[in-house]
Amino acid sequence: MSRLELRHVRKAFGGLEVLADISLRVGAGEFVSILGPSGAGKSTLFQLLTGAQHGGGEMFFDGAPLDDHGGHFAFMPQRDALMPWRRILDNVTLGLEVQGVRRKAARARVAPLFAEFGLAGFERHFPAQLSGGMRQRAALLRTVVQERDMLLLDEPFGALDALTRTAMQRWLEQMWRHHRWTALLITHDVREAVFLSDRIYVLSARPAHIVREIKVPLPRPRSLGGDTARQASVEAEILDIILNPEPNPQPPKGYDHD
Amino acid sequence: MVSSSSNYPRQLAGLFAKAAPAVISVGLLLLAWELCARYSGIKPTILPAPSRVFAQAMLNREALVDNAIPTIRATLFGFACSLSAAFALSMLVDFFQPLRRALFPVFVISQTLPLVAIAPLVVLWFGFGLMPKVLLVALVTFFPMLVALVQGYEATEAEIGQVLRAMGAGRWRAFVLARLPSALPYFFAGLRISITYAVVGAIFAEYAGAAKGLGIYMLNAKNNFRPDLVLAAVGVSAAVTLVLFGLTVLLQHLAMPWERADRQAQGKGAGR
Repeated sequence: MSRLELRHVRKAFGGLEVLADISLRVGAGEFVSILGPSGAGKSTLFQLLTGAQHGGGEMFFDGAPLDDHGGHFAFMPQRDALMPWRRILDNVTLGLEVQGVRRKAARARVAPLFAEFGLAGFERHFPAQLSGGMRQRAALLRTVVQERDMLLLDEPFGALDALTRTAMQRWLEQMWRHHRWTALLITHDVREAVFLSDRIYVLSARPAHIVREIKVPLPRPRSLGGDTARQASVEAEILDIILNPEPNPQPPKGYDHD
Repeated sequence: MVSSSSNYPRQLAGLFAKAAPAVISVGLLLLAWELCARYSGIKPTILPAPSRVFAQAMLNREALVDNAIPTIRATLFGFACSLSAAFALSMLVDFFQPLRRALFPVFVISQTLPLVAIAPLVVLWFGFGLMPKVLLVALVTFFPMLVALVQGYEATEAEIGQVLRAMGAGRWRAFVLARLPSALPYFFAGLRISITYAVVGAIFAEYAGAAKGLGIYMLNAKNNFRPDLVLAAVGVSAAVTLVLFGLTVLLQHLAMPWERADRQAQGKGAGR
């Protein structure tokens, strides 16, 4: 049963065609990535989902047309977008506050999660007092406590240094195994996509269409090292697809088969 | 990574170290002036020495204080008016962008009006009371505050807006939760500049006609060939401005407790 399903979604800004034909689906408890070169319109896709932009094609959530965008998604942008004037605790409860949850109740709800997110003791700190990795964990905590149906992660580790990014990817994989969030991740990092995802949609350059759907054959947990040789071969395969595009790209095949 | 700096003695020492160059340069300037006035043979009715200005200020302190109070009152009243108006209008402009194009040219023109011409007219229309002073102070401070606020709203990080929208926040929520706090640094920068304009504006208005005030006091002193008293009044107005300026800095410190964390983070820079 797929939760999110897009059929032939397209979007143009003025005369510029950004998304040509995007069809994809995300199942319940599935971690799916959209992998593509920068400037391919990956973020535009999220804007369509969150209702910031409108485009052509059809979008369904749990089988129903996606019209009220607010309810289903919790969104995490590339830069943490923490509010510098709010303490971490108040940043994390922001989504609940917008939903109308009382401050005290909201705080009670997030308090037990601080330890799990490696933020215990930093509740009263301002974002500027935290390291990049911690800020990103706080941003993820702010995203998941909204208890929406699905997480939209827009290159969440793109602004981190390489070491922190790797640590965060391992940490996220671990967290995901415990919580089984339904998640859609945008990234241009092949290793990140392979490491985290159940399935990957490879996007072409603009105007974007789906070049290939890849089911990642690696067993979990992956954060302990795992099958590095197989991981490397999957990465190589995807890199080959991205860097050597076919001259006449075919319409997305792997849509019906699984 | 995380240090709570409650090291007050060291902060105080740092403050002195920061203030020292300013104290030395002002001191040297006064010394040069004093020597120049004493040994150049220029008459004290033309160029009074700072020591004489100070002595005369002490002798006339009651009159100076008496005249400073209406000036301070006009400054604060006028500034409060212009602040409220600028705040209300900045919100309107933020919500209805076309309004900006309609109104900004008018305000820019209002800034080109020469005070010399406008002050006597305002006094002519509104008399010698508080009203014309308040109006002139508002006139000179309104536009800088409006620009500061509008710019501040626009400095809101786009991704914060995106996150809020995805959370389901409407425009008003987004304004209160994100745009308003984002504007605070701009607001205080505008406040610091405007408060100095405000005092000058009030004095100018009084100069054009008033029963009491530092402006009219300076005018009278000048007409009585007492440059020492003119300068004493200038000193008082400078002191008033400095105090008001200091208050805005204090206010900013209280209103933006995260600012220190930001500064520390930037100071360490590379680590993050």
